[in-house]
Amino acid sequence: MEGIRLLGWLAVAAAGVWALVGSERAASRQAGSERVVVTYWEKWTGDEKRSMQRVVDAFNASQDRIEVRMLSISGIAEKTLLATSGGNPPDVAGLWADQVVQFADAGALEDLTDLAREFGISESDYIGNYWRMVVYQGRLYALPTTPGCNALYVNRALMPPEYDSPEEFPKTLSEFDRFVDRVSRKGPDGRLKTVAFLPRDGWGLWGMPYLFGGGFVKDGRIDVNGPDDVEAWTWVHSFAERFGARETQAFRSGFGNYSSPQNPFLSGKLAAYSDGPWFGNFIRLYNPKVDWFAVPMPHPDGRPDLAGYTWLNLNTLMIPRGAKHKREAFEFIAFVQRQPVMERLCMDQWCNTPLARVSREFLERHPNKAIALFDRLARGERAVRPVQMGIAGQIGSEVGNAVDRMDLGEATPRQALDEAQKRLEELWERYRRQVLAR
Amino acid sequence: MSPRREQWVGLLFAMPWILGFLVFLAYPLISSFYYSFTSFSVLRRPIWIGLENYREMLGDEVFHLSLKNTLAFTAGSVPLATVAAILVALLLNTRVRGMALYRTVFYIPSLVPMVALGVLWLWVFNGQYGLLNEVLRRLGLPDPAWLSDPAWAKWTLVIISIWGTGNAMIIYLAGLQDVPQSLYEAAEMDGARWWGKTRHVTLPMISPVILFNVVMGIIGTLQTFALPYVMFPGGQPARSTYFFSMYLYDNAFLYQRMGYASAMGWVMFLITLALTLLALRVSAKHVHYEG
Repeated sequence: MEGIRLLGWLAVAAAGVWALVGSERAASRQAGSERVVVTYWEKWTGDEKRSMQRVVDAFNASQDRIEVRMLSISGIAEKTLLATSGGNPPDVAGLWADQVVQFADAGALEDLTDLAREFGISESDYIGNYWRMVVYQGRLYALPTTPGCNALYVNRALMPPEYDSPEEFPKTLSEFDRFVDRVSRKGPDGRLKTVAFLPRDGWGLWGMPYLFGGGFVKDGRIDVNGPDDVEAWTWVHSFAERFGARETQAFRSGFGNYSSPQNPFLSGKLAAYSDGPWFGNFIRLYNPKVDWFAVPMPHPDGRPDLAGYTWLNLNTLMIPRGAKHKREAFEFIAFVQRQPVMERLCMDQWCNTPLARVSREFLERHPNKAIALFDRLARGERAVRPVQMGIAGQIGSEVGNAVDRMDLGEATPRQALDEAQKRLEELWERYRRQVLAR
Repeated sequence: MSPRREQWVGLLFAMPWILGFLVFLAYPLISSFYYSFTSFSVLRRPIWIGLENYREMLGDEVFHLSLKNTLAFTAGSVPLATVAAILVALLLNTRVRGMALYRTVFYIPSLVPMVALGVLWLWVFNGQYGLLNEVLRRLGLPDPAWLSDPAWAKWTLVIISIWGTGNAMIIYLAGLQDVPQSLYEAAEMDGARWWGKTRHVTLPMISPVILFNVVMGIIGTLQTFALPYVMFPGGQPARSTYFFSMYLYDNAFLYQRMGYASAMGWVMFLITLALTLLALRVSAKHVHYEG
């Protein structure tokens, strides 16, 4: 008798668990009795999350059929991957554009080409450089939200008179090298106090080969050790040689977190700093006293054709494979693409716009005073997109390790890059065999 | 209740654990063993590739480096943490007023979450402004770039590992309190002082506890992940802190190579098993069990 009663209780408990799980699934289908609920996972927190939440609220208020519910989560790529694999992904995932290829190769994304056509969204609506970041093998796998590109922030207070305006700032790398020597200084204890620029700090290190006309991939082939690449990384390494590897290490180890008052640019340790338009917001938040201007990176001597270099990035909205409300999800994504909505979002997040059309108001009222520069760079021919390859992560890891080894004196730039090239060729060959060949 | 029914009821009560074991341990274990022989990206069906993942490991320099880093960290961390935990336990086993407070204070650090701990230590070991280097400078000692010099980065983690010895310390403390007082009295009658008593009574009597903690320490350090992941992203500098579990994680979740990551997991299991057996064999002559 006791056994039967126990079985009864267990059955009730099991039914309770099942009901809880079932209700979660039901909730993902319907809110109340009418609206379809679209689940949206986003990586942002803080101000960025709040600005996107305003977009979500505006969408929810604009119609009465769909309700988007945004959830801010950490490790979004890994979680989206596992949720997709488990057959219960979010309807919309806010991933980065450099994940498009890897996820598309793995069959993890819905093809949005036809839906975009149906909603009247096309390449001509976007800055071509950004559009190409969400298209892979001729198919559209995501649409943009806020983009970025880098330029050089310069702390005017640390500039001697000959460099204290965008017009007078160095335009070529040899002028820039002289500027580095002129501005960098040591304290009374003999330690570095201020350094004009360190290419490894800030955002945009990965674009350095492109600054010199090189790159990670040429003609569809991994090529991280070409002459331009060696020249680029040798220049990056020259900073460790100039100040001393040990001394540079000690100096850099005193840098605080990126988004804090101890950021090396905000604390006056670095006089120039490569970063995106959003960095203006960090200046406002953590050290508004910094008087700054922004300029493009200088170009190699004798190569004016390489001027206007910038390294792009892009936040996107994707629909993972198996999303339950693909059409409704795309309706929300299409809403974000409207010019007023996108511009509001980009202004709130201190970013330039990914759209081809830009309003005068956007450029005039944008909180980053250098937004026109970022907008111009992003549209330029020298705007560089991250590698569109399924092993982009490994390329970053191998080249990063090579740069570390150069700076530590463990290998010359040529040796370190040759070794990275060899390993990457093996990884790419394996990826082609195990992933692409399928 | 008949014995048979009693057996069924017992099984029913154990069922939550059995189900949990089957779903969360047995199934992942068996499937990861299968995946280790496949090319598996998580999102597509696994494809059988036989021993290719294991063969790849033989020539994978990063695999070898991460394994070497992990073993070096284990070799540095386990002995140091063991000595530190025993010393603290010996101190906390003395009769001093307010001992409960001391025990709590020494145990609390092991409750701090790893990520918070990582951020905290980043500041302590900061090359220019860190507390540790400030003290070293005042003492006229060299002030290493703990976080950016490959020669010191691993040692930074070894030093930090002492911070988390609270759990081992509690177990040692329990073991110390189990040592019969009569043995100390006999040793005293033979003229033994503090070190003599520690060497000839305390350590032999708690040797099973030491063995247990060493084995658990080996298993734990071989799986080190959170602290280096927070403090040294990507295993910087120059992969000197790139541990086995970080490479495994990157393969599984960043590079979508779950098959290779599964194979790595099984290799780590075999290494852990081998080191545990080695510890048991080496300790056989030195561990004293009562009775």
